[in-house]
Amino acid sequence: MAIKSKGLLIDITRCIGCDACSENCKAVNDLPPQVAPELDSDNWTVVYRREQEQYVRNLCRHCADPACVSACPVAALTKEESGAVLYDKDVCLGCRYCMTACAFRILTFEWFSYNPRIRKCVLCDARIKEGKSTGCAEACPTEATVFGDLDTLVKVAKARIADQPKKYHDYIYGLDEAGGTSVLYLTSVPFEKLGFDMTVPKYPLPQLTWQVLKQVPTIVGVGAAFLGGSYFLFKRRAAVAAAEEAAKSGKGDKGGGHA
Amino acid sequence: MLKYITPWRVLIALVFLTTAIIVFIRFYGGLGTVTNLSDQTPWGIWVGFDILAGVALAAGGFVMAATVYVFQIKRFKPLVRMAILTAMLGYILFIIGLVVEIGRPWNIFSIFYSPNIHSPLFEVALCVVTYTTVLVLEFSLVVFERLGWNRLVHFHHKVSVVLVVIGILLSTLHQSTLGTLFTLVPHKMHALWYSQIQPVHFFISCVAAGMGMVCFEAFLSYRFTKHPLPTGLMRTLIRVMSYVLVLFFIVRIGDLAVRGELWRVAEGKPAAMFWLENLLFVFIPVVMIYRKLPLTAKRLFIISFSVVLGLVMHRFNIAVSSFEFVKSTGYFPTWTEFMLSIALVMFGFVAAGLAVYFFPMHPKEPKSDRLAGRETYRIAWPVSE
Repeated sequence: MAIKSKGLLIDITRCIGCDACSENCKAVNDLPPQVAPELDSDNWTVVYRREQEQYVRNLCRHCADPACVSACPVAALTKEESGAVLYDKDVCLGCRYCMTACAFRILTFEWFSYNPRIRKCVLCDARIKEGKSTGCAEACPTEATVFGDLDTLVKVAKARIADQPKKYHDYIYGLDEAGGTSVLYLTSVPFEKLGFDMTVPKYPLPQLTWQVLKQVPTIVGVGAAFLGGSYFLFKRRAAVAAAEEAAKSGKGDKGGGHA
Repeated sequence: MLKYITPWRVLIALVFLTTAIIVFIRFYGGLGTVTNLSDQTPWGIWVGFDILAGVALAAGGFVMAATVYVFQIKRFKPLVRMAILTAMLGYILFIIGLVVEIGRPWNIFSIFYSPNIHSPLFEVALCVVTYTTVLVLEFSLVVFERLGWNRLVHFHHKVSVVLVVIGILLSTLHQSTLGTLFTLVPHKMHALWYSQIQPVHFFISCVAAGMGMVCFEAFLSYRFTKHPLPTGLMRTLIRVMSYVLVLFFIVRIGDLAVRGELWRVAEGKPAAMFWLENLLFVFIPVVMIYRKLPLTAKRLFIISFSVVLGLVMHRFNIAVSSFEFVKSTGYFPTWTEFMLSIALVMFGFVAAGLAVYFFPMHPKEPKSDRLAGRETYRIAWPVSE
């Protein structure tokens, strides 16, 4: 049975910075319990403390059309039906192009492992398949993070802005960023003041590389025809020149053919 | 015994030994133990220098092969073997560097059974694997000649043009696609280096850098064999290269103008970096070529070295600096990162030196060619018929 694409709505106005999401994330994903200040291979979500008691949670945005998925040469990253972007260590080369590609600089790597993996939030894909919510949303005491169908969450977010235009800054971060993500943010303060990257393009990034890559068959075809044609043309020209020279001098220079 | 111990050899041995230890530590404790890479700077000097610059500098192989075998400009034949040799060594070094650079090299065969055709890196990987094979096959001619396997030499001459054409196509693809990699991150790179036509920039610059490198290699070959420098050919090659360099610069400035980012060439540190890169890669070579000074061997050396340095800087800026300018993470390579890169270069020099020593890189040439260095330099070593 198909499941609808899920997502998270993070309402920064409701967040109290208790770290319950980070802690439960670690519990449900079997990660070491200490919470770090920044995303790393053992911390898939962290809460930043910003000015005026604003708390901003960071995690993989599970883009609708993820740059990391298109970047991976060996399809180690995949976009699942649940909306989650998942990673398969068994095919991964460790090239880290996904990390370079990520528009939100989310992906992390096990820098001190002899057999390193890419690590990031998995949107609790396994729990979603069991019909549960994500670990972070389950733990949140103030419903600052809510889990649900992505299309419903978009409606909820828009309704909150419409109902309380004075409270909310009129922007849903994640609705258009990188062509849309599964994690949406609401805030009362402009996003740029909270450290959000407002330069992220508002279209799916994989199209940038694909519009070049799809030319490959044409380049090969035209290139092969050009090179083959040139070879026969110049070969013929050299042969004619050599023959003329041979006729003139009466005795051919075997090493000829120089232009 | 003692006469084999020279300062250079001692230095090379020390560098290789140190690098072996560094590589061991890297595989034992992870990339973080010997590099300054981090989650915010996942790619460093090993990508910028060993991979991007290394591949571009090996472009001489396909450029010279195209010149001689496809466009039939046979004058350049004396330069082809060395170009193909260095291209082959370059790609082998690239693969060695890659195995150290990527985190899980034991999964390298994933590219065959788990391909993602939407990834530019997949295309690069596939082309590099195939092209390295093609280069080995192209170079096998020299080995066959050395071993005196004449029937294989004869057969090789018959099929070589097919190999050459495949090699050119593969090179065109992966040289440009290395640029395509960077089209994916418009907001993470400084606008002076980001471009949607990055593959075009990469292709044009690799052609020029390849020519510069062929010229540079000729000096290397001279150093090892005392074989006379084909300065006449090198002059012609360097002149052709200057056109490509000017084209590269025009396309780059034009591209910036079209995107409305031209004003950035006068803004702060990135602009300084931009001009330094262009100074080495374009201005010094082009000005030296067009000043009415005779292009002596020394000047040819300076020009080709400048182009090589400029290219290295350009690729490093693409892979590292342009990201740093947007969001600084304070990345600077560790000495251990530099050491591997230096060791790879040294390994290339040693391998090229040995190849020149053991294989007929300049076969069937007159023993004392007093005309060497002039345009009349004509070689009659096996042509394709």
